[in-house]
Amino acid sequence: MEKFRTLTSTAIPLNIENVDTDQIIPARFLKATDKKGFGDNVFRDWRFHKDGSINESFILNNKVYSGSILIAGDNFGCGSSREHAAWAIGGYGFKVVVSSFFADIFKGNALNNGLLPVQVSKEFLEHLLQDVTSNPETLVKVNLEQQTIAIEGSDLSEMFAIDPYKKTCMINGYDDIDYLINNKKLIEAFEANKIY
Amino acid sequence: MSKKTLFDKVWDSHVVDSIENGPQILYIDKHLIHEVTSPQAFNELENRGIPIFRPNQIVATADHNTPTLNQDQPVKDALSRHQLEQLSINCKKNNITLYELGHKYNGIVHVMAPELGITQPGITMVCGDSHTSTHGAFGTIAFGIGTSQVAQVFASQCLLLTKPKSLRVTVNGKLKKGVLPKDVILYIISKLGTNSGTGYFCEYAGNVFEEMSMEGRMTVCNMSIEMGARGGMIAPDQTTFNYIKNREFAPKGEAFEKKVAYWKTLPTDEGAAFDKEYHFDAADIEPMVTYGTNPGMGIKISDTIPVEENPSFKKSLAYMDFEAGESLINKPINYVFIGSCTNSRIEDFRVAANFIKGKKKADNVTAWLVPGSKQVETQIIDEGLKDIFTEAGFELRQPGCSACLAMNDDKIPQGEYCVSTSNRNFEGRQGQGSRTILASPLVAAATAIEGKIIDITKHLN
Repeated sequence: MEKFRTLTSTAIPLNIENVDTDQIIPARFLKATDKKGFGDNVFRDWRFHKDGSINESFILNNKVYSGSILIAGDNFGCGSSREHAAWAIGGYGFKVVVSSFFADIFKGNALNNGLLPVQVSKEFLEHLLQDVTSNPETLVKVNLEQQTIAIEGSDLSEMFAIDPYKKTCMINGYDDIDYLINNKKLIEAFEANKIY
Repeated sequence: MSKKTLFDKVWDSHVVDSIENGPQILYIDKHLIHEVTSPQAFNELENRGIPIFRPNQIVATADHNTPTLNQDQPVKDALSRHQLEQLSINCKKNNITLYELGHKYNGIVHVMAPELGITQPGITMVCGDSHTSTHGAFGTIAFGIGTSQVAQVFASQCLLLTKPKSLRVTVNGKLKKGVLPKDVILYIISKLGTNSGTGYFCEYAGNVFEEMSMEGRMTVCNMSIEMGARGGMIAPDQTTFNYIKNREFAPKGEAFEKKVAYWKTLPTDEGAAFDKEYHFDAADIEPMVTYGTNPGMGIKISDTIPVEENPSFKKSLAYMDFEAGESLINKPINYVFIGSCTNSRIEDFRVAANFIKGKKKADNVTAWLVPGSKQVETQIIDEGLKDIFTEAGFELRQPGCSACLAMNDDKIPQGEYCVSTSNRNFEGRQGQGSRTILASPLVAAATAIEGKIIDITKHLN
């Protein structure tokens, strides 16, 4: 897993609530047996019309906006457990997703793939969406060590929460498998003494 | 002794260790896998030279990507075929039991595991599929996981997790005629919204769930994830024990009795506290339909679509081509799908057959019936339901996830409405540009007969 400490980038505002994982990566693209290539099809049916032509009105196709931070509406990533959604967003080039609320499984999947979910207050999200939409050059600064997100050139910033264990994993690029395997003795002891 | 919830009892008995200020190591008893979310996890372990820790606690099936016609022939779609072959290779290499296409136990993972007695009270189960919450109907901690977590369970039979908070939804009273378990859960989600359960495990309590069959309880727990809850649970009782008894992998004889004695200790202690509680009156529930693009956007079938100013709400109605304030009654419908891990068990087909018997589907309707497993398919034939369906013009397919997520060829065309017994009405879920209306098997069957949505409550009385 890639390490993550800080990131300063322009951002893309996706002002839609309840973005589900079927929108992030439609099921028909889940037939691959490796993790590569999903970025090409992220938000496929919002980026393209059914005939394959580009949907110019979708924000990802608006060349004015770019950057490796995605700012999305409330309850991002609901629906299916497909980790392909995190692979698709990461594969497209995003390193951070900001929302006022994340669905559980998506959040876990993102953290397991070095994609940082930053949960902010509804008010801060409003500000972010407004600032970035009106000025696409706006720089957003995310600092994982300090757990802060700020709009550069303004005094607007906010702290965000993250599980301390997951934070260490993200900063160092560790994953859970290493930790679990190192605890095999404990696991075997548990198996030998199950109470149920 | 402190009072514990059903969820606490099962969770606490599975904690291997706790990290200070961090997650816990939770032991997983059963790991179900399928072709779509497992290949990358197998690759991960292979690349790192890590063996599968407990292959005998894993059961595999092929369901998401399988055709529902001509299952005896090679799968036509090359990518799907490759994914299915990969599952077979991975299972063989690692000594994992696989019920592949055509096997008598093949089926949707959340239909086949309970019917084989793999799902049991008091255990922990995971699968790379969010509807794993289904198994909570047995008093099981069961939840969906991502592929990285599939790899973790492969490697250690454990997961690193923070204990979720607890939520209880109580429904007491008498359900009206024509109100099915699907309506109960669609009603709950319409009241609570799609993220009220996020961060929680939900217990369903009250006489409505106590009186439900196991099939009904599975339908309810299945959709827990649609309100954001990682899982749903119902206390095991005599209905649960009777269902499990004598199933293929259920404990037998004395071992079964011993288990039952333990299972009886699992229900929530009187007075145990939940982080959040909701109460509903069964008499307020009516047959439900959804009108939008998330499962929380549901109304009683005779109600009108609400009026809201929120842009996401408007975007959703525009996608569905519905107007705020209008009724769905008499909307012409050309596609009906009865299937999915929510409603593809024998009871669902009995309900549909009972309504359909002696009637014919409307000419404009294509009606697909997709059983959840080979066993359900056999039962449909043995009970004579197939003849009822065929005579009425319905098409009985072979088992699989099918048009619930349209990974295979079972897609609803662009712009068409489908009244579907599945669990998600997201944009394009049943095919690019398709429009899904979630409903019970009874409402779906009635829609197929009439060719339009009708007020089933009037029809029954």
